[in-house]
Amino acid sequence: MSSLDFPLPAPLEGHAALRAQVRDFLKETLPPGYSAAERARSWMGFDPEFSRALGARGYIGMTLPVEYGGHGRSAIERHVVVEELLAAGAPVAAHWIADRQSSQMILRCGTEAQRREILPRIAAGECYFCIGMSEPDSGSDLASVRSRAERVPGGWRLTGTKLWTTFAHKSHYMICFCRTGPAEERHAGNSQFIVDLSLPGISIRPVLDIAGEHHFNEVSFDDVLLPEDALLGREGEGWTQVMSELAFERSGPERFLSSFALLEETSRLAGADDAGAARALGRLTAHLLVLRHMSQSVAGRLQQGEKPDLHAAIVKDLGATFEQEIPERARQLIAPAQGDADYAAAFARTRLAAPCFSLRGGTREVLRGIIARHLGVR
Amino acid sequence: MADMISESAARLFAGTARRAATEAWSPDLWQEIEEAGYPLSLLSEEKGGFGLEGEEAFAALRIAARHAAPVPLAETMVANWLLAEAGLPLAEGPAAVDDGTGRIPWGRHLAVLVRVSAGAEPRLQRLALADASWREGRNLVGEPRDELLSAPGVAVEARLGVAAEVPQALAALARAQQLAGAMESVLDMTVRYATERVQFGRPIAKFQAIQQYLAVMAEETAAASAAAAMGALALSLARTAPARFRLLAGAAKLRAGEAVGKVADLAHQIHGAIGFSQEYPLHELTRRLWSWRDEDGREDDWAEILGQAVLAGRARGLWPQITHLQSDRF
Repeated sequence: MSSLDFPLPAPLEGHAALRAQVRDFLKETLPPGYSAAERARSWMGFDPEFSRALGARGYIGMTLPVEYGGHGRSAIERHVVVEELLAAGAPVAAHWIADRQSSQMILRCGTEAQRREILPRIAAGECYFCIGMSEPDSGSDLASVRSRAERVPGGWRLTGTKLWTTFAHKSHYMICFCRTGPAEERHAGNSQFIVDLSLPGISIRPVLDIAGEHHFNEVSFDDVLLPEDALLGREGEGWTQVMSELAFERSGPERFLSSFALLEETSRLAGADDAGAARALGRLTAHLLVLRHMSQSVAGRLQQGEKPDLHAAIVKDLGATFEQEIPERARQLIAPAQGDADYAAAFARTRLAAPCFSLRGGTREVLRGIIARHLGVR
Repeated sequence: MADMISESAARLFAGTARRAATEAWSPDLWQEIEEAGYPLSLLSEEKGGFGLEGEEAFAALRIAARHAAPVPLAETMVANWLLAEAGLPLAEGPAAVDDGTGRIPWGRHLAVLVRVSAGAEPRLQRLALADASWREGRNLVGEPRDELLSAPGVAVEARLGVAAEVPQALAALARAQQLAGAMESVLDMTVRYATERVQFGRPIAKFQAIQQYLAVMAEETAAASAAAAMGALALSLARTAPARFRLLAGAAKLRAGEAVGKVADLAHQIHGAIGFSQEYPLHELTRRLWSWRDEDGREDDWAEILGQAVLAGRARGLWPQITHLQSDRF
């Protein structure tokens, strides 16, 4: 059986100063009166101007090498910065996926030319990516994707449809996971491509969520001609690559801070002498402290170059459960109709967003399947 | 040093716990524990311990709990730490702190009882027990929880060397280590059982429903272990930042205690009837878990303390309070 330990990395020198710098930056940069409703968007607030300011301050591409426009800092330092951004509900969506996973994939699997062309723009907060994994008939069963890239003279021809593609309509690139080999090779027949979304033959159609908001899209590829150098990594290595991409996607503080604005609003309005409220808030605080410890431990494992897919799966499922519990506890303490406008707005947004917390980035059942495999029972 | 202690503790408890489980109290087992020095694990070298820190200081206790060893190791470790901080002689033999509930852990077997007096200048009293009389009681697993009727022994006392909130928090922290250790064993035992038990022509571990149960058990056990580690790392704050120590220790006990409900329920569900029988050892662990989570502060007790602290400090904002609590590491 794999170890279920979550040891902390060695203490980070200067973490308090780094936190203070990020807090100062946020104070200067977020507009005055940045509301609870905006904070409750968590990492779904899209604001290119904010992303560029963040990039200029050196808080994007932190772990990328300096020669690619990054800042050569550790995964643990990045964890501190990301926590502060999320706790403030800063609008980080524009650069989020590029910073968290696409840049890491390009650094690890990309060619020198791909790194030089794309990574500095990501670090500057100017170049945005979306994730090309799910399809209409492939959700949890990612290996069943049907999008296909065929070799043609001078490059590849891509056909197929990706679905639930967050902010495809505002992104420059997609890392697209698709079939390049025979369909019977479930794992070995796949590859990843960096797809420039401005190419002819790509159409992007909005898919509104249950709150009526537009972040999802359906992206269709109709004989899109990709240049030779669109291939990311090696042909046929797509499955291994996409699994390592998911480890970056699953372990961060965004997996337990999505409902933080509502937790804050609840604590703001709770009665000072309300013992029931104290118990509920105290309990959630204890959960948050332990999740922070666990997530910090995963950052340490990433920094060591480990592939902590078991530990990331555990943090993500526990974190999603915690995030989903917050609106349920909040409404027990303060009726949504009786709180003030800020509370009501944070409640509405969090309640309506919560179902996706245990779907995005791997469903609860898939994560538990990964854990079961590590226990040796699958 | 730490690895050596873990290895020797694993050997000692694996060999003796099975034998001791059938007996209420094993003086031989306790003798071996004393010879190994485990009751002094929390002490610095200058106070007679091994100078272990964080999780390592609690390693022997966690291993003892993994083996369901029926001994007052947690209680004696905590009592000795308090005695050392107050500058009083360490316990020769099993010891415990009187938490004022009238249920003294292992009372009838103790050599020393430690009491904390309330007041502006709290004091620590060390009572050497001889010919004490007890009204015997027990917790859900049968561990003695006795009421002291009279104690003609000799008492010495000194100023409590630490802040008044520390004794209760340290006791909770020790319990959190026990909860984590026992849950690790419950998970191991249940995974093993599910892979061996065959129904409908295959091991029950091959059924997706069972796999998902086991994954939940692993998640909750991992959270309890992480909580125990988080609390253990805070041990050095007991002297320097007692308010933060108390909240981190309480959070550790709360989170580990909450995991007990799910882990024990699912372990019994997966084991079926055999796990409910006296002859199968699962209950040695689950009955301890159900007992310990109610001792030294239930989840709700610590939640209220933690919540009141958060509400009292909310002018600072919730997030700065949270990062401050863990600011020693990140």
